[in-house]
Amino acid sequence: MIERPSPKEKRVSLFVTCMVDMLSPQTGMSVVDVLEYLGVEVEFPAGQTCCGQPAFNSGYRRETRQVARHFLKVFHDAEVIVAPSGSCTAMIRHEYPRLFADDPDTQAEAERLASITWEFTEFIVDGLGITDLNAALPEPRTVAVHHACHGLRLLGLGQGTEQLLTHMGNANIVDWDSGELCCGFGGLFSVKMADVSGAILQKKLRDIGDSGADWIVTGDISCLTHMNGGLVKQGQQPSVRHVADVLAEGIRGQQ
Amino acid sequence: MKVRSSQFIQAAEIAIHDNDLQEAVSFGTNSGFTKRETAMHVDGYEHGEAMRHQAAAIKRHCLKHLPELLEQAEASMSANGVQVLWAIDADEANRHVLDIARRHGVESVVKSKSMVTEEIGLNHALEDAGVDVLETDLGEYILQLGDETPSHIVVPIVHKTKASIRDVLIHEAQMPPTDSTEEMANYARETLRRSFLSADMGVSGGNFIIAETGSLCLVSNEGNARMVTSLPRVHVAIVGIEKVIGTVEDYATLTQVLPRSATGQTMTVYTHMINGPRQTGETDGPEQVYVILVDNGRSGIYGSGYTEALACIRCGACLNGCPVYQVTGGHAYGWVYPGPIGAVITPLLTGLENASPLPHASTLCGMCKQVCPVDIDIPRMLLDLRHDLIAQGHTDTVWDLGMKAWAFGNSAPGRFVFGGQAAAGVTRRLHIDALPGPLSGWTEYRAMPEFAPKSFHQLWQERQDE
Repeated sequence: MIERPSPKEKRVSLFVTCMVDMLSPQTGMSVVDVLEYLGVEVEFPAGQTCCGQPAFNSGYRRETRQVARHFLKVFHDAEVIVAPSGSCTAMIRHEYPRLFADDPDTQAEAERLASITWEFTEFIVDGLGITDLNAALPEPRTVAVHHACHGLRLLGLGQGTEQLLTHMGNANIVDWDSGELCCGFGGLFSVKMADVSGAILQKKLRDIGDSGADWIVTGDISCLTHMNGGLVKQGQQPSVRHVADVLAEGIRGQQ
Repeated sequence: MKVRSSQFIQAAEIAIHDNDLQEAVSFGTNSGFTKRETAMHVDGYEHGEAMRHQAAAIKRHCLKHLPELLEQAEASMSANGVQVLWAIDADEANRHVLDIARRHGVESVVKSKSMVTEEIGLNHALEDAGVDVLETDLGEYILQLGDETPSHIVVPIVHKTKASIRDVLIHEAQMPPTDSTEEMANYARETLRRSFLSADMGVSGGNFIIAETGSLCLVSNEGNARMVTSLPRVHVAIVGIEKVIGTVEDYATLTQVLPRSATGQTMTVYTHMINGPRQTGETDGPEQVYVILVDNGRSGIYGSGYTEALACIRCGACLNGCPVYQVTGGHAYGWVYPGPIGAVITPLLTGLENASPLPHASTLCGMCKQVCPVDIDIPRMLLDLRHDLIAQGHTDTVWDLGMKAWAFGNSAPGRFVFGGQAAAGVTRRLHIDALPGPLSGWTEYRAMPEFAPKSFHQLWQERQDE
């Protein structure tokens, strides 16, 4: 396990992730709003692109290294990196060091960046030690948490999202048995094995229906896009929301 | 057994539309998963995790010393009067069994459940030689009647509903019609009992072999394994070389995690430690005990980046927890071992080119590692196998070009921003609701994701300009 220096009192470089950049940019703004609300200085290294996971998970290591090297360059001066994605954070933290195993200089840099990269809720709860944003949603909502797999099992994110929501006024968390079950996305798995991925998604959508929650709150735009895409395809409302957007909605009422 | 793993995608699609299979596999995997959770953590979550990590360390230690342990196991078993044979592949293993059968005038064989005998195709080899073979594990018996193969490592008939089991027993074993599970089990029990008493040879697998004592360890629930290994004159155990462990201490831990992970029991109904043939003065037990240690591709894995795959104790927990296995069942994987561990060891044992879809048959959710009693990093190995596929050229030109273009676009800021805007512009202007070519699978089950009017890059720039 890589030792991680405390991120307190440091400037945050936002790694917004390619999916948030293109599909859900307002989630990126929510991250900025929440961090600034907490007194954190946020900068956005403009040359950033993708962490490389699509290529890595498909076995294309050379292409992954090409993109990862670009990431290392763009974030070279970062003190702390925060990303609104457990999956991209896991890619940087676990796979980058392994990716450059035969290139010691790059590996050292990869290990350094791995040690300063935080998933958004992890940064707030474990990094800053804050669980109460002193905020409330404008209206009462029942919420259930979908723990995206990579955040849950690769980063070991615990109950951070629940803790933040528990302290959020007007947010009522419901117990959801299916919160730790995969939605079937799996990156390019969802197109390479579309039927299998689709069958897993159908189960997840049934579980979402059974949850009784107004919102399913999750930390990854990828799973969110997958689940909401399935709901919309079935003619239902897209009820899956990114945790940053939910928290931002809460703090906006306070400002 | 013939390898059909290259047809995974097609076989999975058929399975997904098979309602009986969906009902049965969903029930079976849910039940297995829930029971494991309870049994593993019966003394608290921390205790369960500690046990799992202890078991993982033991198995890795044993693997590290496998060559010495195999020699020690052979010496200990030989000293106990067990005849130890080695088989480099399936053919040699089958030849050993047939030689033993011939030597002892064997006409009929009863078997308890063994995955390695599926791997080597033992039943066919025996039948071709004119020897009767009967599977005596209830699930395996039903499969044999219906000429099917197991679809799960521990629950071989997890894909079958009660009604389809009843039909097999009525049509293939002349059972009087009934819907009572108890009557079905009783009928099978009586039929099997006659064969136990008349068989010349019993064939079993082995869950562990303890090198220091030469003990062959088996866990079972139905009692058939005890009869298979004690009633016939000859007992042959066929065991993969990776099943050898060092000490009784090692066994004490492993025999706790195996039943908890496999069937959600803290202990199986029967736990066997077989130390050799009938001794002078003893009234029961086989006169001859053989142990055949089977390699069949395992030594090729040993020492590679996939060595930890050999730590598997065949509990099936990763199958029950896997979102893919839960919707495809086991037959889609196309060989003996399905599920996440099957997706790793099938390519390794049968050749990557024969099983190229399997490393991709995973969402990489990590549940397999989480529930593995010996903490095998299956997702890591699936990723490495995906890389091997690319490195060895088992790939697709469309994806190759796509990935090159993607890497080009994502390794320079201007190209990335331009690419994102171009994609957003195209999808908006053309009102795309179905994606073409290799991406079409997405829009079959999900709405087309909408690109935002402005990227975060643009929003941030506007904010800076304010």
